[in-house]
Amino acid sequence: MQYFDIINLAYKTVISHKLRSILTALGMVIGIASVIVLTSIGRGVHAFVLTEFTQFGTNLIAVFPGKTTTLGLSGATISTVRPLSIADAISLGELENIIAALPLVQGNARIETGKKQRRTTVLGVGAAVPEIWKIKVARGRFLPKNEQANPRAFAVLGDKLAAQLFAKTSPLGQRIRIGNDRYRVLGVMEKKGQMMGFDMDDTVYIPTAKALEMFNRESVMEIDLLYNKNTQVKAIEKQISNLLQRRHGREDFSIITQDQMLKSMDSILNILTLAVAALGGISLLVGSVGILTIMTVAVSERISEIGLLRAVGAEKAMIFKLFLSEALVLSVIGGVIGIFLGIFIVQSIKFMVPGLPVQLAWGYICTAFIISLLIGVIAGVIPAIKAARLRPLEALRSE
Amino acid sequence: MIELESIHRIFQVGEQQVHALNNINLTIKKGEYVSIMGPSGSGKSTLLNVISLLDQPSSGKYTLNNQVVTELNDDQLAQIRRKNIGFIFQFFHLIARYSAAENIEIPMILAGIPVKERKLRVEEALVDVGLQSRAYHRPDQLSGGQIQRVAIARAIIMRPQILLADEPTGNLDRRSGEEIIELIESLNQKKMTLVMITHDEILGCRAQRRIRLVDGKITQL
Repeated sequence: MQYFDIINLAYKTVISHKLRSILTALGMVIGIASVIVLTSIGRGVHAFVLTEFTQFGTNLIAVFPGKTTTLGLSGATISTVRPLSIADAISLGELENIIAALPLVQGNARIETGKKQRRTTVLGVGAAVPEIWKIKVARGRFLPKNEQANPRAFAVLGDKLAAQLFAKTSPLGQRIRIGNDRYRVLGVMEKKGQMMGFDMDDTVYIPTAKALEMFNRESVMEIDLLYNKNTQVKAIEKQISNLLQRRHGREDFSIITQDQMLKSMDSILNILTLAVAALGGISLLVGSVGILTIMTVAVSERISEIGLLRAVGAEKAMIFKLFLSEALVLSVIGGVIGIFLGIFIVQSIKFMVPGLPVQLAWGYICTAFIISLLIGVIAGVIPAIKAARLRPLEALRSE
Repeated sequence: MIELESIHRIFQVGEQQVHALNNINLTIKKGEYVSIMGPSGSGKSTLLNVISLLDQPSSGKYTLNNQVVTELNDDQLAQIRRKNIGFIFQFFHLIARYSAAENIEIPMILAGIPVKERKLRVEEALVDVGLQSRAYHRPDQLSGGQIQRVAIARAIIMRPQILLADEPTGNLDRRSGEEIIELIESLNQKKMTLVMITHDEILGCRAQRRIRLVDGKITQL
């Protein structure tokens, strides 16, 4: 018997019970489609989060005060930690292979200009922001270099803030009041959008020293470092650590490289995708039980037919192949329709809800298809064995 | 071509042993027309099942075309049935979802005959049984007589030497029964060995050779 004939017979049988086959395949359709939709969302979120985190560039290292240990209280409760200072940042910036250093303080303050006022995020930063965070200055210029220790009262506005405060007039050179101090606007940044829910455009940048004063702080919250991309992260990490230990006398800081962060983020997000795929897998399992049920019923319904086939010369293996093929045809039809349905749903989501990050995960789609084949085989094997084992004479007599 | 030597067939029914065939010795030559008659429970179906290789005797020796078939395994028997034996059943045994032509084609599909030849032979067979115009009808669109004609076409499609008929008219009205018998007999005239089981005395007497079974024994050859 030729394979084409086996498949053809199986196909004819499957379509001869239209409603029953459709309902059985529907289980597979839903299972495969849900795997595709769920993994697409997982993959989309993955890509979304990673781009959010890499939009500042990738050759970044952040230094935070305090050492994360598994024992004891955090540095914030008992202050044995020597905080990070602007001087630390300057000194780090002079290291070999460090291109720029940025001491960062963040807070919230009231901004006033003429009659308008608004509360917004104030970022105390250095001159290196455009370089390190990859944000361009749209108009004017950014804070001047070499004024870290004793800076003048300059401010640079985010795109949205500039539009809110000055509308159509140019903010360049205008005076604004931040908190209790007066600042002169040096420039306006380009539009950057949101980053993990934080609006980068609704901000004002002022020198770090001014921000420390304004928020009444001794130390910066974080020092961002941009390093030469042709060097080893490990070596630079070591350099930084050595320098700060020399300055502080102990290791009371944490160094987080963008690499590390992306890697751990990546593995978390991969697990997320896997978890939603497993959820979809449950519905696939249910679909396969449907095929198992229908094939079991099919065998007991067609005992006399099996007897006839055996009488006119079908060997056991042929009967086995016939019934296995029927299960396979059912699951492949269900699988293929499911894949198309899944892709269709994903594309519709993209079209109708553009904000929701979805991305077709082809790896998972291929896996889903292979799984649908496997399910066909697994769900078909037991009934097919049962069919093949029937004794021809007894099978013929049943009816 | 069919040689049965001291064939016994014993069934275990609960505690009891039923001796369905008791020392059967029978030789059927090529091209013969044999009828097997007897009351129900006499073992005629069991005899036919043994001859048709659907059942194995408990003891004895069966030689088919000079080949001892009593020791063969399941799959080997299936292959011999496919090549040598055509079945005609009382209850037709057509597959309801397939058309007449597809039903006739099945043995050839199992034998792996190429599609082209299959189509040709199905057409010929439909002409032989006078159903050219019914090729694409399904069994539920055919009359009893027509269904049995399809079954006969299926039985002869592999050009077997032996045709086994188990009460072929048992489920048909008189008129179509007669037509079917004539069709089967015409096949016998084309040198096909014909073995037929029947209750019907008149029908049985049409055969050149009549075998009568009572309680698993041949009483008349």
